[in-house]
Amino acid sequence: MTVYLPIAELSVNILIILGMGAAVGFLSGMFGVGGGFLITPLLIFYNIPPVVAVATGANQVVASSISGAITHFRRGTIDVKLGTVLLCGGLVGASVGVWLFSILRRMGQLDLVISLLYVVLLGSVGGLMLWESIGAMRKAAKNQPTPLRRPGQHIWIHGLPLKMRFKKSKIYLSVIPVATLGFCIGILTSVMGVGGGFIMVPAMIYLLRIPTSVVVGTSLFQIVFVSAYTVIVQASTNYTVDIVLAFVLMIAGVIGAQYGVRVGQRLRGEQLRALLALLVLAVGIRLAIELVIPPKDIYSVVSTGLAF
Amino acid sequence: MLRSALTLLALLAFAAPALAQSLERPVTNFAEKLEIGISTDEISITSDFRGADLTIFGAIDGFDASLLAQGKYNIIVALEGPKDNATVRKKERVFGIWVNTNSMTFELVPESYSLSSTRDIETIAPPRDVANMGIGIDHIRLVPLGFVGDGSSLGEFRNAFRRIRETSGVFQRDPGGVQFISSSLFKASVRLPANVPNGVHVVRAYLFRDGLFVAAKALPLRVVKTGLEQAITRAAHDQPLIYGLFAVTLAVITGWGASLLFRKE
Repeated sequence: MTVYLPIAELSVNILIILGMGAAVGFLSGMFGVGGGFLITPLLIFYNIPPVVAVATGANQVVASSISGAITHFRRGTIDVKLGTVLLCGGLVGASVGVWLFSILRRMGQLDLVISLLYVVLLGSVGGLMLWESIGAMRKAAKNQPTPLRRPGQHIWIHGLPLKMRFKKSKIYLSVIPVATLGFCIGILTSVMGVGGGFIMVPAMIYLLRIPTSVVVGTSLFQIVFVSAYTVIVQASTNYTVDIVLAFVLMIAGVIGAQYGVRVGQRLRGEQLRALLALLVLAVGIRLAIELVIPPKDIYSVVSTGLAF
Repeated sequence: MLRSALTLLALLAFAAPALAQSLERPVTNFAEKLEIGISTDEISITSDFRGADLTIFGAIDGFDASLLAQGKYNIIVALEGPKDNATVRKKERVFGIWVNTNSMTFELVPESYSLSSTRDIETIAPPRDVANMGIGIDHIRLVPLGFVGDGSSLGEFRNAFRRIRETSGVFQRDPGGVQFISSSLFKASVRLPANVPNGVHVVRAYLFRDGLFVAAKALPLRVVKTGLEQAITRAAHDQPLIYGLFAVTLAVITGWGASLLFRKE
């Protein structure tokens, strides 16, 4: 059963796309991640042009993050003030990212940059997570308690000017590192089609020392708005959002996520993290191999008139 | 007289660089005229289109019966797609990874090209003439845009372009696709590829008598894709902001709807 993707301009098997969406949805529900960093590489492996995969991935991220964001908003675990500062940085970052995206596309280097960024990011995040979770599992095996939070020592970030009081987080922090973090995540959203939660959450916990209770909700708040903004800007400047592809992925993704959450609740945290780390590393390695092996055809052709 | 002027005009249009050579040859007032017709000037293609053959009928007027009987008349029919610039990129290994290093942009080349002829075009007329008129996949004009250095890489980029377009099916050739159905009436099947581009295509027919180009005729053909997918493509390009907002709204409804739906259970 094939369906024609109007923007990607190719016919795909709808069952494969549904399966991909459901699998990533399941994993994202299980691990509590947005899944953008898995869906975009999977689409690229399935020969969807990277330009379309990235912009469409951002659209899928909106759908997978919105329900989480609403839940956190109801529970009151979003620091809206902190989220807004992150969001301001994020919107600027996303705009810069879309601009970079267009330039790289014109230069013919976009596919390469997307793959390289994924290899670096997935490799380092996956490696760190694996290291951390193996350590935690060892400690658990030796029956040592795992420290949930490191002692709150101050680092250089806490000496920066332009400080602001974030009541909900009970923290007095400079807006510079917060907006900078939002800016970097915004660039990643528009260039890679990821929500960026898997970088933002650890950065907020370990670098900004924001209480864990508001971190996830606040990062989801930023992700929903930045990825929605990215979709709109990508659609208006690069015309690369494939709504048919996005819709099939979304439907399968949100259903898969519901089952993923149930399975995730039965697994131990460090086991879950180790599994996710292995998955992230596997995707990164697959992309790295693609960059190194000789391509089937060293030449490629693109029409470059009206599309640019 | 008018006809010979038109023929000359046609020569100018199709073979401007070949003008010098054509002028060397005495321009005779050929008796033969070529007429072609398609049942419609616009074809709608549904989104599940998997490629089809387009049939073009034509007739030779004022032919020489004995030459016709000997099979001295040959016809080439080409369906040229809308023109656009095309960039060919070449990958090279840089520090172990494959990177696009060189590129060349060709100015206004047809996005699709289907050729059909009574026999192999190289045997219809001297290869030099066919090449000068720009007939055939190997002779489509590929003029590089901008600075190309000493031009030594021009050949490899042109070859790569033709090869890729032919492999993807948008450039096709069918020697034997034109058949005479009566003495001077012929039928040409031209392949419309599955990924036929939207826009104004041109059907060009050329008549050769014993290796000599005598007449040509061109007809426009609009290809319009219809259906939901096409409507989406049009919306994405014509109303990008609304399209983007719609995509986000769809995501919000899907995400929110799912969370409401599953909470009730």
